[in-house]
Amino acid sequence: MPVSSLTATDEALLVAQAREGDAKAFSELVRRYEGKIFRLAQHVTQNREDAEDVLQETFMKAYEHLDQFQGNSKFYTWIVRIAVNQALMKLRRRKTDKSVSLDETIDTGEDTVVREIAAWDEDPEARYSREELGQILGSAIESLEPPYRSVFVLRDIDELSTEETADALGLSVPAVKSRLLRARLQLRDKLTRYFKRKGDDAFAYL
Amino acid sequence: MLTCKDFLKELSDYLDEALDPAIRGKLEEHIAECPNCWVITDTTRKTVQIYKGMDPYPIPPDVEARLMAALEKKMAAKQK
Ligand SMILES: [Zn+2]
Repeated sequence: MPVSSLTATDEALLVAQAREGDAKAFSELVRRYEGKIFRLAQHVTQNREDAEDVLQETFMKAYEHLDQFQGNSKFYTWIVRIAVNQALMKLRRRKTDKSVSLDETIDTGEDTVVREIAAWDEDPEARYSREELGQILGSAIESLEPPYRSVFVLRDIDELSTEETADALGLSVPAVKSRLLRARLQLRDKLTRYFKRKGDDAFAYL
Repeated sequence: MLTCKDFLKELSDYLDEALDPAIRGKLEEHIAECPNCWVITDTTRKTVQIYKGMDPYPIPPDVEARLMAALEKKMAAKQK
């Protein structure tokens, strides 16, 4: 259902009712966001079973800690923050040898690398079936490191603002911006392999 | 004169139309003269558009059913 059609007061009311112990109001909030949270969890964990756990844990925790929700951010931003934390915990558990953190330092300046420069078809998606396209887009996202992946999913798929993304991930605005740029450029690079105009060779790049 | 590197740093904000007109103008001058940055801009814009146009996949019914069952159990426990 289109979230844009919901008014802020509508949602504030639901949250208030849920806080009073109204189970129906809380279920309504869950139904509004479960699809997005599940998608986000799948993108971050890259694993359906983990994503389902994350989904359940997120709404369980939200229910338990509803009194801690301040109401000065959107409800969705608040649950995204819970979901991202749960998802990262899963990743850490999986890769015990390698710590995964959203806060890990990432050098930003020098390596905005652009490897492939080739013009794309006017309508690059038209070359592939819906399933093939889904595969291409999905595996490109999968290849991003988790900190870039989360930022990209929130900004460009969920269409949160830069500020909301920063809030949800506990990052600064400049950090969100630099990760988004890196994510977009890396995806562009990967997709170029599939979408470049036939017979068009890469320009020489400085 | 703007370098390609300077240009790339601003690319995201340029695509999001989050730059003030003075900087925007400089970037546009650069693209007009630099075919590489023109291609990068065009293909990055398309990348973002393709992902925005992705079908939102609905939550699988079995996943939703398990979520709702778990929550109902929890809510019932709290109300007692
Ligand atoms: Zn250039």
